[in-house]
Amino acid sequence: MKRLQAALLAMSLLISGTVLADVSVPHLDIGKGGHCVNDPKYMKLNHGDLLKRQRTITVHQGVIGRYSLIRCVNCHASKVNHSVLGTNSNFCQGCHVYAAVKIDCFECHSSRPETVSETLREVAK
Amino acid sequence: MSGDLNRREFLRSSAMLAGLAVAPGVLLYDLAHGKDQPASSSVRWGMLIDTNQCEEGCDDCVKACNKENGLPGGTGPADEQWIRKVELKNIKTGKITSLPMMCQHCAEPPCVDVCPTGASFKRADGIVLVDRHLCIGCRYCMMACPYKARSFVHEPLHDQKPEVPRGKGTVESCTLCVQRIDRGENTTACAEACSKAGHKAILFGNLNDPDSEVSKRIREVASTRIRADLGLDPGLHYEGL
Repeated sequence: MKRLQAALLAMSLLISGTVLADVSVPHLDIGKGGHCVNDPKYMKLNHGDLLKRQRTITVHQGVIGRYSLIRCVNCHASKVNHSVLGTNSNFCQGCHVYAAVKIDCFECHSSRPETVSETLREVAK
Repeated sequence: MSGDLNRREFLRSSAMLAGLAVAPGVLLYDLAHGKDQPASSSVRWGMLIDTNQCEEGCDDCVKACNKENGLPGGTGPADEQWIRKVELKNIKTGKITSLPMMCQHCAEPPCVDVCPTGASFKRADGIVLVDRHLCIGCRYCMMACPYKARSFVHEPLHDQKPEVPRGKGTVESCTLCVQRIDRGENTTACAEACSKAGHKAILFGNLNDPDSEVSKRIREVASTRIRADLGLDPGLHYEGL
């Protein structure tokens, strides 16, 4: 009886452990990362608004500002697949899949850093 | 009376002090973040295309544009073409004229007039662009353009150039290589390719600067705008038409 109890306890612990692991924040490959334009906590909350504001300034006034999407991708592309998309550990995709927020930036914008996308195009030719 | 003077002096000196305090901060911020000046209406980008120099059968400008902007390079009705080579034949004389045709960057662009979302717009420096964040793909602008200069992206795209975002469901056209202009360069891919091929048929520059090469040439030679009768004041001038 005692053995059964112990086994049940171990099993319940295991199950709760996996559940806990699932609800923890996604493990992201942040590429080069580090402090860039603002601290990560601020960026986590406000990057959407910052990018939205920046895009209007860039397209309509021609000012490549500090919140340029190219700059984000250049630093945060994974060192494994050279992209911010692809797997659920990639910088943009990882969080957006976790939060179930559709991301449509990369239907038009390049998800790879400048040098990588250049070589890819050369190879495609 | 003396009180009024004192007040005036006080305001003047405090304004000067405020200026001294604010100016270095603004300057330092700009230096630190590499902030560019926004596009200014003191500049108007335009071109002079010399059709006498444009060689029949040469499409170096088209190839250069495709490479610069990451376009696939097809010439079918559903393919994106920002610049085309057009050949005109005068039926009476038989003279063939070859010229590149693209967005004419009108001062009074009909594409901007008809756009229901404000996606089609003219920048302060005269470049007519599509803000694809706002474009809903209705294609009114394509119907309004008398130059047939705009294309619609029908298929999903991959591996766009980082500086030239393009995507399915939006309209696009020649941007006068806006990414180069914003970097401070003073040439477009087509003009560069044309000089490289030795034709020098495309002259790009600031039409508002009387000392720019393009302004000087427009003053010297007879040039015309295509469909000048529409009164759209295009930024592209053609010589030898």
